[in-house]
Amino acid sequence: MIDPKKTDVTPLFWESGLEVQPVYTAQDVESSGGFDGVGQPGEYPYTRGIHPQMYRKRPWTMRQYSGFGTARETHERFLWLIRHGQTGLNVAFDLPTQCGLDSDDPMAAGEVGRVGMAVDTLRDMEEAFADIDLNEITVSLTINGSAVAIMAMYFALARKRGFELKDLRGNSQNDILKEFIGRGTWIFPVEPSIRLVGDTMEFCAQNVPRYSPVSVCGYHIRASGANPAQEMAYGLSIATAYIDHALQRGLKIDPVAAGITFNYDIHGNLWEQVSKFRAGRRLWARILKEKYKATDPRGLRLRMIAGGGGGGLTVQQPENNIVRGACYALASALSGTQTMALCSYDEAYTIPSEHAAKISLRTMQILIHEIGLCDTVDPLAGSWFIETMTNRMEQRIVAIMDELEKQGGIVRAVAEGRVQAAVNAQAYEMEKKIQTGEVKKVGVNIFAEEEEEEEREVEFHPYRGEEAKKQIDRLERIRRERDDLATQRTLERVRQAAQDGENVVPAVMDAVETYASVGEVCGVLKEVFGTYREPVRF
Amino acid sequence: MSKPIRVLIAKPGLDGHDVGAKLVCRALMDAGMEVVYTGLRQSPQAIAQTAMQEGADVVGLSILSGAHVHLCREVAEELKNKKIDDVLWVVGGNIPRQDHRALCDLGVSGIFPTGTPFGSLIAFIREKVKM
Repeated sequence: MIDPKKTDVTPLFWESGLEVQPVYTAQDVESSGGFDGVGQPGEYPYTRGIHPQMYRKRPWTMRQYSGFGTARETHERFLWLIRHGQTGLNVAFDLPTQCGLDSDDPMAAGEVGRVGMAVDTLRDMEEAFADIDLNEITVSLTINGSAVAIMAMYFALARKRGFELKDLRGNSQNDILKEFIGRGTWIFPVEPSIRLVGDTMEFCAQNVPRYSPVSVCGYHIRASGANPAQEMAYGLSIATAYIDHALQRGLKIDPVAAGITFNYDIHGNLWEQVSKFRAGRRLWARILKEKYKATDPRGLRLRMIAGGGGGGLTVQQPENNIVRGACYALASALSGTQTMALCSYDEAYTIPSEHAAKISLRTMQILIHEIGLCDTVDPLAGSWFIETMTNRMEQRIVAIMDELEKQGGIVRAVAEGRVQAAVNAQAYEMEKKIQTGEVKKVGVNIFAEEEEEEEREVEFHPYRGEEAKKQIDRLERIRRERDDLATQRTLERVRQAAQDGENVVPAVMDAVETYASVGEVCGVLKEVFGTYREPVRF
Repeated sequence: MSKPIRVLIAKPGLDGHDVGAKLVCRALMDAGMEVVYTGLRQSPQAIAQTAMQEGADVVGLSILSGAHVHLCREVAEELKNKKIDDVLWVVGGNIPRQDHRALCDLGVSGIFPTGTPFGSLIAFIREKVKM
């Protein structure tokens, strides 16, 4: 018999460093750890998915990232997406809002409403979500540094509209540790930042139990250059850091774990993505059960939004991104995601146009309705290749997490800039491989076309300065018309709570209800906590 | 041996996408240049100040949020205020072709959009900065 492993093919390695054989047999599964960890869908350790029937019962939620300009414009895009069959909302905020600055802050100039919706006060949130049934459409708030203010606004809005907080679903990103690694919308130093995440976790565990206050984002760590194994490892480590903090505050593991969801990226090798998610799901369940003694299955299940893939898209020959997006969506579905967001083909250079956003939505709908991706659960299970690589990926992720733990844990590694340096080193190696052609990108280093950019008709999302002006006028009007005494009094309560180590969420809710602005709330917190100083390492 | 070229890489405004800026820092260092990186959220004033203090031959701004024209206008103003007219000013990031003219008019010498090979940036700097 010919031994396929003795062929003369060039050795092949995935980005995560795992070697791939040309052929797999049952032997490989056995020698990598066996079939024991596969289990059944909907059962511990959830390798095959967190629900017994997965998409046969309900396809994944489609939740495209959207938001730009003012609340009014964003509201229109939300309604348009819902009309076209989207089942959740994934809200983009502009940079001033994300950095805790009001639209009239000097640092906000030129950025108001540019990469997302501008939110200064509760009035903006009221307008953005007007007429949208917050029990029907689950809302995901992509907000981190200023999350406590925006979450408080969302809860205040829900309460005002008559929704019961105890029934409210949805989630906030609220993962500040990954903002220090990549994306960079931090505000406060590391320790108080984690404490604020803890405040929201505690508030939700006690008052908004069906809401997920934290969505840990391996996504942006991957987008900053981490390989898929690092992405999963850092994500899980960050989640344990929040859990450790919550437990120190006296919270119970089960409600805390139930409030954590994940956001992971998909681009690159299809099989590597599938192995990453199957391994990550299993590992998360094991960590919660073995280390934290969690028992509630809600927390043991790694629930995720997976898709995006912006890091894989190219400015060159942008229509190719439609095909890439379809492959990423396929990988996401084969990985058993709960929610999918898919980058639009023009996202490498602009805010998605309606046309591009609709193609992304249709891509997911085609996978659901035409291709058969909802037919059966975890269709790749039992493949000698996939099970071997799932085992090996799990071992690789564990090794990265253990190493981090040995060096004092992820919080310290982030504060000292070591994770950032590791991710950046990885990004540099990858970029060099793309530039030398060792890693191939179609339209970039193979099948590239000269000067096509000039001939191409490109639709850019317009940025209108007058909308920013309107936003500032509106903020000024609100400041004039609100009961300013009440605002100042409630802001003082926020300061007290922050100083005394009390949970700040109730005080922030009171403040935003009087139309205190994001900048005012974050300003008070900055006075108490100070501002983060970036360890500049590269 | 001639003294190495000194480069300041800066992130103006609120944009947190620093992957490209850090990649460029490493590539320029590997090419033998001395690199100072400001970190995120620098005001135009702070960038001009740092350029002066560090005696930079090159100032490179990295902007991916779309606010490049606005930010470059402010940086141009600050460079003028501080009478810094001998630095080579380059910009990288998400810069559509339609905005290149506007940036050049403000005094930007070279624009290097996302995905530019390191080699072309390095060659450009070496050619323009005569040490």
